[in-house]
Amino acid sequence: MQTNSIRLAGLALLVCGMTAATAAFAQSWLSAADAKGIPLQKVTDMLHAVMEADRTIYTARVVNRLQNEDKVITADEHFADKKALPLPAQMFRFAAERVGEKTQMFSYSLLSIWPINKQNASRTDAEKEGLQAVVDDKSKAFYKGETLGGKKYFTAVYADVAVSPACVNCHNNHLESPKRDFKLGDTMGAVVIRIPVE
Amino acid sequence: MLWVLWTTISVTGGLFALAAIYYGGNRSFLLIGRTTDGHHQIELACDACHTSVFGGPEILQKACVNCHGAALKLENDSHPLSKFTDPRNADRVQGLDARHCVTCHREHRPAITQAMGVTLPDDHCYHCHHDIAKDRPSHAGLKFTTCGSAGCHNFHDNRALYTDFLVKHADEPDQLPVQRIALIAYLTKKADAIKVPRALLAADADAPPAHADAMIAADWASDAHARAAVNCSGCHTTKAAPRDWIASPGIETCKSCHADQATSFTEGRHGMRLRQGLFATRDGLLGLFKARKLLPMSPKDARLPMKPEAADKTLTCNSCHPAHRYELVKAQVTACFGCHDDPHTKAYFASPHYQLFKKEIAGESPRGSGVSCATCHMPIVEHRDEYGEKTTFVTHNQNENLRPNEKMVRSVCGDCHGEQFTLDALADAALIAKNFKDLPAVHIDSIEWAKKRVKERSETRK
Repeated sequence: MQTNSIRLAGLALLVCGMTAATAAFAQSWLSAADAKGIPLQKVTDMLHAVMEADRTIYTARVVNRLQNEDKVITADEHFADKKALPLPAQMFRFAAERVGEKTQMFSYSLLSIWPINKQNASRTDAEKEGLQAVVDDKSKAFYKGETLGGKKYFTAVYADVAVSPACVNCHNNHLESPKRDFKLGDTMGAVVIRIPVE
Repeated sequence: MLWVLWTTISVTGGLFALAAIYYGGNRSFLLIGRTTDGHHQIELACDACHTSVFGGPEILQKACVNCHGAALKLENDSHPLSKFTDPRNADRVQGLDARHCVTCHREHRPAITQAMGVTLPDDHCYHCHHDIAKDRPSHAGLKFTTCGSAGCHNFHDNRALYTDFLVKHADEPDQLPVQRIALIAYLTKKADAIKVPRALLAADADAPPAHADAMIAADWASDAHARAAVNCSGCHTTKAAPRDWIASPGIETCKSCHADQATSFTEGRHGMRLRQGLFATRDGLLGLFKARKLLPMSPKDARLPMKPEAADKTLTCNSCHPAHRYELVKAQVTACFGCHDDPHTKAYFASPHYQLFKKEIAGESPRGSGVSCATCHMPIVEHRDEYGEKTTFVTHNQNENLRPNEKMVRSVCGDCHGEQFTLDALADAALIAKNFKDLPAVHIDSIEWAKKRVKERSETRK
């Protein structure tokens, strides 16, 4: 009787131990998979933070200062021909094109409901939805999954806000601008970042 | 069992023949029909484009960009690759895959090949711009076959055609009051600034006695190389082998000092056969075949009319710049006329441009004020390298200012003539054949439309 009890206890201990070990191993295996990847929302937030910072600095400290305050140079779409500064939107787009040449890991563009260049109007459903969402509430980003050309993407849309007099002055006075009454702090457009997903 | 022997012999023979085709020998029977005017000179260097036996448009794309990529960047390509790799344009790519050059410029399709090697129907703009009438009411009702017509739009190069540029140059007269002639500024600033302690004389020629020649030494002493203290050994020997005399230095020698000119020469129709990386045959089959580069171009291979007496001449640096007497003035016109025999060339000597050139060589007008073949087709240009560094030189790529002729508006015609006059003249094919002897008989509406657009948009603001 006692030998049987000991055997039983030993068996129970073994089973418990194996269960615990399996549970611990499974737990670490599962959370290791989690710990490997950063959520896509965070990735687009990080990218946007850099894009927004770079362009705000260019707009405020270069374009607005030299064009509107010191008045020593203008910013113009045809900057090479006119010996002017590239527009902030062009600085943004040139960088996006350069990124596109180097990697397919992500792509981004600057779009608007009131674009000067009609190619920058929204085209996909997610863009249309997102552009309106960030106009309604510029504090919140808009995230959506999309399928384009048979491939799946994670799409994030962020409000692009008029941070400087240079923004509103140029757009309000531009002949091709559909909207002419922007004010400082208005959402003028949106940054759209796409990351392909499996 | 004889069939085994015959099969083996046939298969082996066939494989050997294939190898011979691949590595060496005449491949012209592999050509599917007439190649485009742009590529016919290099049509036998199959692996210039077909760099791998397998693979589709991506393989060819690398080859296209290798030769044409730099020029497209320079032109500020209106439809760059980045536009079409953006996922938001994925639906457009499905209509027209503009990520690959060969979608629109397919080689080996002579039946459907049009100007500039385009093998698509003229209305291909429709794929993406079918709703243009919404943004531009002025375009309502226009046929999509007219988008790319002279003076309106170009798929790649719109440097002289964008709205702001047209408006800026809207009211220019036919002859600009201040005619900016780049050559004069360049010559006085840069080219004449070469300073040497002492120009060399005929007596200073350092050719070894076996190769010395008094006539050649006299020629050399009268020209720019002697003035710049470049002696015989400078071209006829190399630093690596100073004792080995090179009887006829080739383009590599010229390139060692005149890199921009030599490189641009190989980028145009005169020197494209000499471009790096083009081979008629390849090393292979255990040394049975040796790699051989393409031979330089000859007028007899040309598709344009050429003078019969020039048929067998080969095109190298010395074709226009005779050795020892580089005669830049002759190189600008006489050299061209020595081979070219087409209406535009023949009409040059009756043209107003030639009258100006005659005055210049007679010394009656300032240096560089004449208009020669080279003034228009090999002008001074400014190029930037990948680090943005500028170089100014005479481009020897005659096609950089030739076809499509919108390329010439800003770099050539616009130096002396107003925009409207330029666009009209370049659109008038009959006038081009007469080498601009009369006024243009064509009128391009682009400038008026651009002005109208600006006016309309300003009025909606009020």
